[in-house]
Amino acid sequence: MNNSLIIGQYVPGTSIVHKLDPRTKITIIFFYVFTVFFANSLPSYGVLVVFALASMLTSRVPIRFIMKGLTPVWFLIIFTFILHLFVTKEGTVIFDVWIFEFYSGGVIQGFAISIRFFLLILVTSLLTLTTTPIEITDAIEDMLRPLNKVKFPVHELALMMSISLRFIPTLMQETDKISRAQASRGVDFRTGPIKDRIKAVVPLLVPLFVSAFKRAEELAMAMEARGYQGGEGRSKLRELKIELRDIMVYLLFACVMAILFLTRTYS
Amino acid sequence: MSKRLIEFRNVSFRYGEEQPWVLKNLSFEIYEDEWVAIIGHNGSGKSTIAKLVNGLLFPQQGEIIIDGQQVNEASIWNIRKEVGMVFQNPDNQFVGATVQDDVAFGMENRGVPREEMMKRIDETLNAVGMQDYRLTEPHRLSGGQKQRVAIASVLAISPKVLILDEATAMLDPSGRQEIMETVSKLQNNQGLSLITITHDLHEVVQADRVIVMNEGEIWDEATPRDIFSKKDELRKIGLDVPFVAILADELNQVGITILQEPLNHEELLEELWTLHSRT
Amino acid sequence: MDITFENVTYIYQPNSPFEHKALDDVSFHIESGSFVAIIGHTGSGKSTLISHLNGLSVPTEGIVSIGDYHLSKEDKPKNMKELRSRVGVVFQYPEHQLFEETVEKDIAFGPANFDVPQDEIKKRIDAIVPAVGLPTSVLERSPFDLSGGQMRRVAIAGVLAVKPDVLVLDEPTAGLDPRGQKEIMEMFYSLHKEQGLTTVLVTHSMEDAVKYADHVIILNKGSKYMEGKPEEVFTQKESLNQVHLDVPEMVRFINSFKERFGEEITFEKQTIKELAQMIKSVVKGAKV
Repeated sequence: MNNSLIIGQYVPGTSIVHKLDPRTKITIIFFYVFTVFFANSLPSYGVLVVFALASMLTSRVPIRFIMKGLTPVWFLIIFTFILHLFVTKEGTVIFDVWIFEFYSGGVIQGFAISIRFFLLILVTSLLTLTTTPIEITDAIEDMLRPLNKVKFPVHELALMMSISLRFIPTLMQETDKISRAQASRGVDFRTGPIKDRIKAVVPLLVPLFVSAFKRAEELAMAMEARGYQGGEGRSKLRELKIELRDIMVYLLFACVMAILFLTRTYS
Repeated sequence: MSKRLIEFRNVSFRYGEEQPWVLKNLSFEIYEDEWVAIIGHNGSGKSTIAKLVNGLLFPQQGEIIIDGQQVNEASIWNIRKEVGMVFQNPDNQFVGATVQDDVAFGMENRGVPREEMMKRIDETLNAVGMQDYRLTEPHRLSGGQKQRVAIASVLAISPKVLILDEATAMLDPSGRQEIMETVSKLQNNQGLSLITITHDLHEVVQADRVIVMNEGEIWDEATPRDIFSKKDELRKIGLDVPFVAILADELNQVGITILQEPLNHEELLEELWTLHSRT
Repeated sequence: MDITFENVTYIYQPNSPFEHKALDDVSFHIESGSFVAIIGHTGSGKSTLISHLNGLSVPTEGIVSIGDYHLSKEDKPKNMKELRSRVGVVFQYPEHQLFEETVEKDIAFGPANFDVPQDEIKKRIDAIVPAVGLPTSVLERSPFDLSGGQMRRVAIAGVLAVKPDVLVLDEPTAGLDPRGQKEIMEMFYSLHKEQGLTTVLVTHSMEDAVKYADHVIILNKGSKYMEGKPEEVFTQKESLNQVHLDVPEMVRFINSFKERFGEEITFEKQTIKELAQMIKSVVKGAKV
């Protein structure tokens, strides 16, 4: 069962979206997120939607995985829509129910906000679906490198992130193991009053902390034995490389942005 | 006589002022290309020796000399290049996100260029039979596989000494076998000194020399064959005597004289066969 | 308590991309009071199997019966807690479950959860601590200050203090040195005898299985591969090697002996002393 564990949501694949340099993906998403708030006309939204859907299809990540990633935010999207429906009193009244009147402006704004929200979540989850956490870490380390000049511990941060990622499955297995052991000793994690259930967490958390500290200690010793002395003078096996495809994608994205700014209304 | 690689001179160690001595006035030598097994029950001080060798701990008394250099704060980084260590818990020494990242870790620390790393990753993963797992994540590997990766990681920095500090203790029998096979293959091919620390007498059979630890002192230092012959004493210090050794003893008891202490089934059967043919 | 598995199948994460059949149509019967060894490789389904014994897992198909408690998809016992008080499980590396401030509190944790009265708990602790080979002076200490071997004993005491009828042991000696291994196994064996427990031991050690078990179940890839008395199962070298399991060392020796001398010695759980006698009669036999 442990072999089925996936860290984050990464869905392995060989599409161009998968193969892009993670820095390219992060940069583009950053600008995309930024420009989502500039869209204000139907065609400009169209451009954004087309771009997001096109990336999604190119990635060849099965739709159900993408939808699964969106499940927790559906509620938020629908809630925002309804909120706008009730609160915005612009345009003409389209219909009324009981004491509520619904305006056209509300519908339009509700749609606009929901679409933005939806697009934001879609592109960011596309990043995590097509990029391994370790690639994201590498990209962050590389992109934060300028901060080294102001003594920001970029290497340490990246190492911390990658070790945490490395140990997530281990700690999850450990949690499962300890909760089974305590359940066998009569702890009930699932039923009973909240107060009891909170108390039931103690026999789970204490052993987890104890073991995490022990692991940390042993890992530190193993790292030291293997010659780790901090970031200075280290070489790197993982190498990020901007390829032709990255440049093509940047160009493509620039065009999309240009079209967006041409189609939005300025008034 | 080959070159002296590790030397302990009257070494004593304890974890704190108030603590009891873990090692008491310990002296021994280990030579180039030698395989030395250190055996003892839990708490006999055997793992402390390993940590002293590569400067993870420093002795309160005595000195430790590795390849001509005394182990101290100034020399540890040089010494850690010469002495590679594999620890007990397969999970808690796997640093990399994938197998190749883990093998690279030690080389990255030493600024080895990328092309060189790629080459050595290939070589060392081949040496431990893990070449098909380069991009595999640790949680998809068995304990034995993780330990083989740990060995490859150490080999990648071409040390002169490889220490396995109870590297098989947490493995199942097949994992244990994987490691023992890997290790004896390495010993044959690489011209590497090996120190294996264990509480399992089955794992000392192939060693050139065995150091038996008890209560922080060297209890005995001899060939595996000589050690095996001291059954009752071994039991007294909490060690387990292998089946063939006990059987040879029982055979002697019932009047079948086994002249040479057998190390494995074949040796005992050979001797029985000789006896049988003569009668 | 009798334990029966009837066509038990267990599927992890059914209907997901990670669906995995951990147990596949497993049936067997363990008689009350017997000592059973379950052997198989990592991933053979051993852990899943034992998690059915106290209802941590419920079969996807089939029925598990432990005494009067029945576990199936349709029918879970109403009082799972009661089942867990009667089936004690010592997990692998049980010292990882310790969490209380003192050894005494940690041992009392299980019995208290199962509503054993305080004075009774006290009585049980007094009896169990020496039985697992701990000095009573550790009771007031923090379990985290003890050595690994002692922590293991504290954890075991915590399970025994519940006074279960069935004792499930998942590689209870892993990581201990030979002396510790032997002491712990001997302790479980004498408890098994004295208290008439039903003991289920998951182990990699064929030697322990031969020494203690009166029944052996071999699992392979989620299915029952072999079953029987240890001397029956362990003499089938070919079948065991097929699933990459070894036979006990004595059986291996007897087999090579037979190859060399062409004379059969039967494996009947004899002592090494007895084996030496048998070898003698073959080796010296030519004389007569």
